[in-house]
Amino acid sequence: MMRYLIPLFAFMVLAAFLLVGLTLNPRQVPSPLIDKPAPKFQLNQLHEPDKTMSSDDNLGKVWMLNVWASWCVACRDEHPLLVQLAKSGIVPIYGLNYKDERSTALQWLKRYGDPYAISIVDIEGKVGIDYGVYGVPETYVIDKQGIIRHKQIGPVTVDSLEKTIIPLIKELQQQT
Amino acid sequence: MIYQLNGVMKVAKLLFFLLLLMIPLIGWAKEAVPVAEDPEVEKRMLALTMDLRCLVCQNEPISDSRAEFSNDIRREIREQIKANKSDEEIVQFLVDRYGDFILYNPPMKSTTILLWFGPIILFVISLGALIFHLRRRRVQVQDIALSPEQLAQAEALLDEEKKGKKV
Repeated sequence: MMRYLIPLFAFMVLAAFLLVGLTLNPRQVPSPLIDKPAPKFQLNQLHEPDKTMSSDDNLGKVWMLNVWASWCVACRDEHPLLVQLAKSGIVPIYGLNYKDERSTALQWLKRYGDPYAISIVDIEGKVGIDYGVYGVPETYVIDKQGIIRHKQIGPVTVDSLEKTIIPLIKELQQQT
Repeated sequence: MIYQLNGVMKVAKLLFFLLLLMIPLIGWAKEAVPVAEDPEVEKRMLALTMDLRCLVCQNEPISDSRAEFSNDIRREIREQIKANKSDEEIVQFLVDRYGDFILYNPPMKSTTILLWFGPIILFVISLGALIFHLRRRRVQVQDIALSPEQLAQAEALLDEEKKGKKV
């Protein structure tokens, strides 16, 4: 009896590992930046190039940093959701226009709507490297102390907004 | 005369407009990707990126990848090498931003102990199982040792069979 049970048991352990493996997303790399201070930046704004914005400007409020580009196809998928979220006034969204061209970026916003309180320009992707960006779009939730609390890799979805991001933002807003 | 002047003005206007169109091109031309300007830097960069994973390609080192991501990381590493950063500092810079996943050689940590020692543990367990199994089989084989009467009986049976076949 044992002779048959042992291989069966070994097979079941293997199957369990493979089953868990199926549910994991290999493109989702856990960010080491979660619960670490958001990297500082000082970048030119998209709409008013002579003005800059610094990451410190947002200290004291919960905010979202959305990395986007006009060449990014998946950004178009999530964009209506961001527009909707911005309209709801739950949280200010700041756009990091990543390795893009100003004119096309502006056109893109005109066409699909502009959910961003301010868009800043990272032409060379330097700030992108600081934030560990590797797949646009990416979205960060940053708390009042300037700590990164959540990173969404890939487009935000209704599901991720309702289940994770918005509850987290509301919780963070209650903290002092 | 007036007609001609109008024509000249039109051409001038057109030229001026074309000139205007070129301004954004000058202003936003992308920085050319620097290629092997300094062989020493390039050599160190290549050695470093051979052990770094391109996050967007999966299972391709940054040194081999032509992805935009890898271009950026290579540029960043070149700049840091020129700024006299050590290899360790550069790797740490990348790990701080992209996590251990960017390394093809994961560091030994509490979370990676199973990764490092799992195969050895599995090997020791299977070796143990094999030795246990072989020993038990040897004991089982010895157990079947026959008594002289049984041996005689077995021989008699075999003889009988031989004779039967020959006939």
